[in-house]
Amino acid sequence: MQAFITRETLPSLPPPSTLKGPIAWMRQNLFSSVGNSIVTVVLVLGILAALIPFINWAFIKADWIGTSRDDCTSGGACWVFVYVHLKLFMVGLYPESEVWRTILVGAILVVTMAGLMIKGVPFKKYIQIFALIAFPIIAFILLSGGAFGLPHVETNFWGGLLLTLVIAIVGIVAAFPLGILLALGRRSSMPIVKAICVVFIEVWRGVPLITVLFMSSVMLPLFLPEGMEIDKLLRALVGITLFQSAYLAEVVRSGLQAIPKGQYEAANALGLTYWQGMYKVILPQALKIVIPGIVNSFISLFKDTSLVLIIGLFDLLATIQGAFASPKWLGYAIEGYLFAALVYWVFCFGMSRYSQRVERSLKTTH
Amino acid sequence: MADPNLSATPPQAISTLPSKPPFWNDPQKRALVFQILLVIGIGLLLWFIFSNTLHNLDKRGIKTGFDFLDRPAGFGITQSLIPYTEASTFGRTFLVGLLNTLLVAGLGIIFATLLGFAVGVARLSKNWLISRVALVFIETIRNIPPLLQILFWYRAILPLLPGPKDSISLAELFYLHKRGFTLPSPLFEPAFIWTFWAVIAALVLAFIMSRWAKARREKTGQQFPVVWTAVGIILVLPLITFFLTGSPLNWDIPALSGFNFRGGLTVIPELTALLLALSIYTAAFIAEIVRSGIESVSKGQSEAAASLGLRPNRTLQLVIIPQAMRVIIPQLTSQYLNLTKNTSLGVAIGYPDLVNVFAGTTLNQTGQAVEIIFMTMLVYLVISLVISLFMNWYNKRMALVER
Amino acid sequence: METATQTKPEIAVSLRDVNKWYGEFHVLKNVNLDVERGQRIVICGPSGSGKSTMIRCINRLEEHQAGQIIVDGIELNNDLKNIDQIRREVGMVFQHFNLFPHLTVLENCCLAPMWVRKIPRKEAEATAMEYLERVKIPHQAKKFPGQLSGGQQQRVAIARSLCMKPRIMLFDEPTSALDPEMIKEVLDTMIELAESGMTMLCVTHEMGFAKTVADSVIFMDAGQIIEMNTPDEFFNHPQHERSKLFLSQILGH
Ligand SMILES: Nc1ncnc2c1ncn2[C@@H]1O[C@H](COP(=O)(O)OP(=O)(O)O)[C@@H](O)[C@H]1O
Ligand SMILES: [Mg+2]
Repeated sequence: MQAFITRETLPSLPPPSTLKGPIAWMRQNLFSSVGNSIVTVVLVLGILAALIPFINWAFIKADWIGTSRDDCTSGGACWVFVYVHLKLFMVGLYPESEVWRTILVGAILVVTMAGLMIKGVPFKKYIQIFALIAFPIIAFILLSGGAFGLPHVETNFWGGLLLTLVIAIVGIVAAFPLGILLALGRRSSMPIVKAICVVFIEVWRGVPLITVLFMSSVMLPLFLPEGMEIDKLLRALVGITLFQSAYLAEVVRSGLQAIPKGQYEAANALGLTYWQGMYKVILPQALKIVIPGIVNSFISLFKDTSLVLIIGLFDLLATIQGAFASPKWLGYAIEGYLFAALVYWVFCFGMSRYSQRVERSLKTTH
Repeated sequence: MADPNLSATPPQAISTLPSKPPFWNDPQKRALVFQILLVIGIGLLLWFIFSNTLHNLDKRGIKTGFDFLDRPAGFGITQSLIPYTEASTFGRTFLVGLLNTLLVAGLGIIFATLLGFAVGVARLSKNWLISRVALVFIETIRNIPPLLQILFWYRAILPLLPGPKDSISLAELFYLHKRGFTLPSPLFEPAFIWTFWAVIAALVLAFIMSRWAKARREKTGQQFPVVWTAVGIILVLPLITFFLTGSPLNWDIPALSGFNFRGGLTVIPELTALLLALSIYTAAFIAEIVRSGIESVSKGQSEAAASLGLRPNRTLQLVIIPQAMRVIIPQLTSQYLNLTKNTSLGVAIGYPDLVNVFAGTTLNQTGQAVEIIFMTMLVYLVISLVISLFMNWYNKRMALVER
Repeated sequence: METATQTKPEIAVSLRDVNKWYGEFHVLKNVNLDVERGQRIVICGPSGSGKSTMIRCINRLEEHQAGQIIVDGIELNNDLKNIDQIRREVGMVFQHFNLFPHLTVLENCCLAPMWVRKIPRKEAEATAMEYLERVKIPHQAKKFPGQLSGGQQQRVAIARSLCMKPRIMLFDEPTSALDPEMIKEVLDTMIELAESGMTMLCVTHEMGFAKTVADSVIFMDAGQIIEMNTPDEFFNHPQHERSKLFLSQILGH
């Protein structure tokens, strides 16, 4: 056995040039073998072949601003279509003079969300209470009006992105308490309570949302006493809330399961009642763990809101379809759908990034 | 407060039970009362709904019951896997819709799985560009509502295709046009049955061969090219039979007559759009499942296999895939379930699925809302139930044994 | 194969001016080492000094970027055939055991002999049982790794490597993930293996083990071998400042 010992500390040398720099990077990551090199070249050509015409159409040769389709002369995308209809896509038929109310609600929402999501903002607890209790009331008064001198705006006039957001947010906020109750019920030791919760949850999770929407739009009126009318939006909201509560229940349940048994025992040992223990000890921990799950289920709900167009509500997607179906704008379906896709994508991608961030920070703190 | 005499009392046989609390403080009785009240409450709610519904239906002159299923439907359906005419009953409408739903679901599952696994593996590629392209695909597709994607294909892309007269044609056999995708349809002669049997025989043979190869490997250690031999058997045997029995298969070649095609088989554009959108959408999720499943197998596993001298492809076959599959399969089944539920979005473009022809058209014509919604939901519930039973069974079977 | 077996080299493992980088980071700096057949080497040094990296280079779990590594007379380079051949001759035991959780203990042991050495199952199982007996857990053969304690798992891992009949064994901190009461059972197994004449390179800080079986101890720091000596000399009279510091730290705790 022999080792050549160097007593003095050798200097750290930089790696040889074959291991460093963009060329080495490309050799390792793009051209590591003959097969890989071929794939890389083919992919680059394919991407260029698809991307160049698309960029050309969507940006370079596109028309952006104007008042009618006659302003689209360059042969590329006609974003004038979106430009002209922007108000319609954002708030639907909401009266022009009252649009400021929707903007105000949006602004409050953005500020509240920022307060909730950004780390280090003080008074988190009060912001949470505001977001869950005060905000829905304020938003409803502002949007619907009929009080404080605000003219009443019927829900028939709500539309576009406004309606999409209203449905998604109401859906998740209203489903939240029900979801927690169902989750607790499913873990309850009372057999009847447990059975009812299991059946409720599994039925809603087993059927497609569209059948739920059909049900709420045709069957809900049958369920109510004669002469009691409820508005189309409300019917959809009832269906979506019930549907969503089943999904939320499962998310919350996964959080409850992750809480160690010792916590439950400790709560009991301290002499807390079931509800005190849940409220003060278990739920705060469980809900924190499931924030990513809740956000993910909100993303699903946000995408699912597009289904309301099938029962005749005018959400973002429906207003866009309505706009390019009008004879004046026939043939701009691609622009319309791309715009809708972009809006949905920005919301969903942003939220999924947020949920991933929370997940990572939860992992490191545990 | 401890009783000072307690320690002095000699231990007795346990004859005294803890004293009984008043029943309103006894948790068990409380629970019982609570549950009874809950049942009464729910019962009242159901009774309220039920009586209102009966009253409302009565006023509209709708008779409850499933008699309507025997009445003639009186409307046509653009795609049907079983014979169906306007004279068929609503019961048959239900069946046609159900089969159409299952058709999209089945085909969608196949396409989504193939595409999803390909993209998932691409995502893990050492080639930076492939992995990036896969990532962009996944992140784009996952974050756009499936309904929007269906509508996009159906109303924005398919209409760009030429009419039947100027179809994009491949070898004068396949035609892609606005009204669908037309392809030759097979016409089987009676003797084709032999080829059919040959396929079955080949499958059995391939199975026996793989068993034999495994037994031989275990006995002598020698390996056998199982996959290639199986492919060979499954291809060659039916082909030989086919030609020996005199090629008993003809093709009904589509031909343009007037403004439409005669002969062949035309896949309606609704099906094309729905399949494309749902396969791609679900594939994006499957790709993520595949990636995270394979990544869930720790690096130590492949290092251990490598240090034992196993080649990378054997490591994949014997160590990585068996472990990854335990993670992948349950999530995969739940994606299949989602895809099946999402086929109901076909109603937005008029694909004649269960929701469209039954919960839509049939409901509008008969007004039997309760029965129809009930039956429709039941179908999806049964599918969900079957799949979750399978999942429970699989999870139990595959659970890693831990201390 | 023929040439390798004919010229039975005296030297089992030989590293010549081996250098390796992780990105910009120079992990191994001019490492030179010759291990003769039948020798037992213990490698120690502070965490992050490159011990794992060095022994992982020996069976090509890591690639070195400069210098030469010759194992059993075969040079490690990009030739897949050489890599295959070397991995058959070199066994490795990991800190975290890395048993295959979906296979039973017996299947863990038979997998490589059957698929790599192409040995019939019966024979492979017989060999496996032999080694499981040597590590004293034959009665656990039908269990899954998850059902065993850490010490038992590590002994299975050793048996699994031995089933390939390797000529050289590498150990990367085999006892540092174990509870104290299990360390001994694993060390006893390793001592028995050493006494049977196996060539061994062990990264470990177990002084008792080193004193009992090691021919020499290598001390690594910052990617270099900075001291080599017999165990007694090394532990009693360390030469280098940093070996002294290191020893005072592991002994102090
Ligand atoms: N895959 C890797 N990529 C980048 N750096 C690594 C990698 N593996 C190890 N290192 C770094 O190389 C150094 C040596 O690691 P290692 O050989 O594991 O040290 P030891 O086993 O002596 O504790 C450490 O600083 C470690 O952070
Ligand atoms: Mg190490």
